[in-house]
Amino acid sequence: MDYVVIFVVLALVVVVVSAPLRSRKREEAAESAERAELEAARDAKYREIRDAELDFRTGKLSEPDWRALDRSLRAEAVGILRRLDDLPTSEGDARFP
Amino acid sequence: MDPARKRTVRLVVALSAAVLLAAALVYTSFSASSEARSPSQLLSSAQPGKTYQLTGKVVAGYQRSGTTTNFRVRDRSGNISVPVRYVGALPDPFRAGREVIVDVRKEGGVFVGEKDSLVTKCPSKFTAEKT
Amino acid sequence: MVAGRACLIVALGICLYGIGASVYGARSGRREWVASGRRAVYALAGVSLVAFLILQAAFLRSDFSFALVTSHSSTTTPAFYRATAVWSSQEGSLLLWLTLLSLWSSLMLFATRRRLREIAPYATAVLLGLGGFFAILLVFYASPFERTIGPVPAEGVGLNPLLRHPSMMIHPPMLYSGYTLFAVPFAFAVGALVARRLNADWIRHTRPFTLTAWFFLGMGIVLGARWSYSELGWGGYWAWDPVENASLMPWLTGTAFLHSAMIQEKRGMLKVWNASLVLATGVLAILGTFLVRSGILESIHAFGASTLGVPFLVLIALMTAGSVYLVATRAPQLRAEHRLDSLLSREAAFLLNNLVLVLLCVVIWWGTFFPLISEALTGHRHTFGPPMFDKLTVPLAIVLVLLSGIGPLIAWRRATVANLRRNFVVPVGVGVAVLALALALGAGSRPDALIMFAFAGFVVGGVGQELVRGVRARRVMAREPVPLALVSLVRRNRRRYGGYLVHVGMAVVFVGIAASSSFAHERDVQLSAGDSVRVGGYTIDYVRPTAKLVAAPNGRLERIDLGADMRVARGGEAPRLVHTERSYFPSVGPMLGPVSRFFEGESTSEVGLRAGLERDFWITVAPDTQRLDARVKEGDRVFTRADKAGALTDTERNELLGQALSGLAGSYAKNPPAATFRVLVSPMVTWIWLGAIVVLLGALIALWPSPRAVGRRVTAAYAARVGREARVPA
Repeated sequence: MDYVVIFVVLALVVVVVSAPLRSRKREEAAESAERAELEAARDAKYREIRDAELDFRTGKLSEPDWRALDRSLRAEAVGILRRLDDLPTSEGDARFP
Repeated sequence: MDPARKRTVRLVVALSAAVLLAAALVYTSFSASSEARSPSQLLSSAQPGKTYQLTGKVVAGYQRSGTTTNFRVRDRSGNISVPVRYVGALPDPFRAGREVIVDVRKEGGVFVGEKDSLVTKCPSKFTAEKT
Repeated sequence: MVAGRACLIVALGICLYGIGASVYGARSGRREWVASGRRAVYALAGVSLVAFLILQAAFLRSDFSFALVTSHSSTTTPAFYRATAVWSSQEGSLLLWLTLLSLWSSLMLFATRRRLREIAPYATAVLLGLGGFFAILLVFYASPFERTIGPVPAEGVGLNPLLRHPSMMIHPPMLYSGYTLFAVPFAFAVGALVARRLNADWIRHTRPFTLTAWFFLGMGIVLGARWSYSELGWGGYWAWDPVENASLMPWLTGTAFLHSAMIQEKRGMLKVWNASLVLATGVLAILGTFLVRSGILESIHAFGASTLGVPFLVLIALMTAGSVYLVATRAPQLRAEHRLDSLLSREAAFLLNNLVLVLLCVVIWWGTFFPLISEALTGHRHTFGPPMFDKLTVPLAIVLVLLSGIGPLIAWRRATVANLRRNFVVPVGVGVAVLALALALGAGSRPDALIMFAFAGFVVGGVGQELVRGVRARRVMAREPVPLALVSLVRRNRRRYGGYLVHVGMAVVFVGIAASSSFAHERDVQLSAGDSVRVGGYTIDYVRPTAKLVAAPNGRLERIDLGADMRVARGGEAPRLVHTERSYFPSVGPMLGPVSRFFEGESTSEVGLRAGLERDFWITVAPDTQRLDARVKEGDRVFTRADKAGALTDTERNELLGQALSGLAGSYAKNPPAATFRVLVSPMVTWIWLGAIVVLLGALIALWPSPRAVGRRVTAAYAARVGREARVPA
């Protein structure tokens, strides 16, 4: 009984682990590291913009300070988006980040 | 002051503060600490009035009267033991043969345990109970 | 049993293969090998789970051919504790560690299988390396699948009664989950450093795992403290024991990382610092696991010097050396992208917070290892106890609470100074009010506690103000009724408000700690039945002794409970009956008499605990069993005489034993010797547990994934796109 279990386990392990090596399927287009980087940076920048607005609305920033900060954050975001769009796209257009 | 110099100054200040704090830490640690001793070490070199941290095994046949317990602690591997008087509730796992840690001070012929300093090591969770 | 051991050997093989495959795949760029290495982790999870289940099944059916089952379980152990006894042993707990490690690793690698392409292979290798270490231990040093030597016994030794408490059984898995979860960010930090990709993407994926690890480790710590307080007979919840400290240290550095990660996200700063923090957390987690098993430090938890100390030390040395090397060689390339805009900013507050947390960790580390350090320096071991630890940590804790109150009141990047002043008014007011209240309640004798109370009030006031203003802002923008506004405010800003809630929870915890440690009344007293004593405003009457025998589910005698009924009253309140007792479990030593073995085994306290919001009443009893000696010896004699020729059957023996013990119990109840009681009246202990729940709730809110901004294909101007996309999360 023990040996049956061992055999089954071993077989499963070998099958699972070697699957990628045996497969002829082409690996789906990799999300390049740069794109992932920029998307993470973009999401972080969006969060910063929202945070800044919340900071203003909860009274931590004066309006002029907020507007100035908001402007520069949006400019930074635009910069990131430009760099994102400059990246060569290998996949389709409509994608979720 | 140009930025590079400012940075160096800041670094020097931070480092000096760190060194000072570290020195203070080391100094207070040693002055507030008590030396760890085994029973045989205690017997040979205990100064009265100084607190030591005694570790050893409880010898069978200890006496309790009221909240005071008089027990002996022996070396982990050996038979040399010292008498300890401890006032207060004993920890749950306390029993003969168990390892204990207690802060003691030599007073006359007996070592008086400091209140709430008696710790009995949990019986080996990771080896079989061999009682 | 053979199957179990084979699984572990297979596990070891998987680890070795996976490390090779991942590294080869990463270096050669052949992604199929990377995928295979990732699947090796999945396979490891599967195989260790199988081994774990085999062991679990053996415990549940009380298969005493397994040496582990014999030494840690018995037929009289209730099913729940049979199941959880698996990890009460060295070997079982190592197997649990391996299983949990591989499960979390699989989860993380699956979640990031299309991402972190350059980092994941190296992270996989590191995780498999750790897994391999534990597999080596399990295969060569501490196998859970050893066969019982000699004939299979009919009964096992049983689980240590001290562990028979739900908290005690959940505490190790919680802690291990915390430790193993911290291994994942550690591995990804190593990977990121190797691949030189220590940026926003790494943070984005590492944070949730670190937060989860922080959550579980925190829960494990609190559970341990609660168990110690409510189940052990000493009445404390924290002893600055080396093993306790070892679980606290990675938690502290983890907390620091969670804060400084936000700075890296926003300003691209502190990359090296963050990597170092994560690496340190991982090393400290392994250190914690090591301290429990090594016996190098005197600790209430030191479960005997085992042979595993040296391998762990080697692992820790490797991890530390590797981390230092990686950071040193990569640091020059990990330039900060920006600098701090202003010292009056949340970023600056976070930096200070990091400093305090790391200082706390350093100080605790110093105190924990002081015996070894002093021995190395002076030849003698020196230790210092809780008072010194308190002296070092309390000031830092006070500063920490203050900082956690300031943070929410300051804007990111650069606060407007005029607004800052205005923002502080209400929170400071609340702090002052709390201070006044505490003074009025008589807390003036302890300035450190007073300051802590005031700062905690400051924190709560600040968070309250944030909530009110946030809800107001939301209503201006979206015209929602207040409750809805509150919910959508928190939903849209989970990180912020989750974090605020955590701060509130921590403030409550610190208030509870400050109050209960500064203003407790404790007394050890000897009472005879009918006596009375006053402690901390309570009048306590020893009404009567109690004695009863408790049978196990299979009919055998499990233990004797000797206790006391106490009548407790405070002020003009109606008196309440509080019961406390000591349970005596028999020892299995072969040389002991059948009656006396009940008093030579383990005994546990059943604490008489009356918890309340204002204060806890806590009492334990230590009956004087020495006075029962004569009767116990008599019982032994009578018993052995009756059983001399092996004349009694099992049932008869059990019956006779029951009679002897009932007689004993009866005589204790009728004519009890004076017993020693420990009475503890501590204010606001319950606040610690309540605060911990609030912390965990806050962590859950912060952890909960918010719907990601949906990318849209637009042809409009970038600016408009930014405006739209930054608004989107529902």
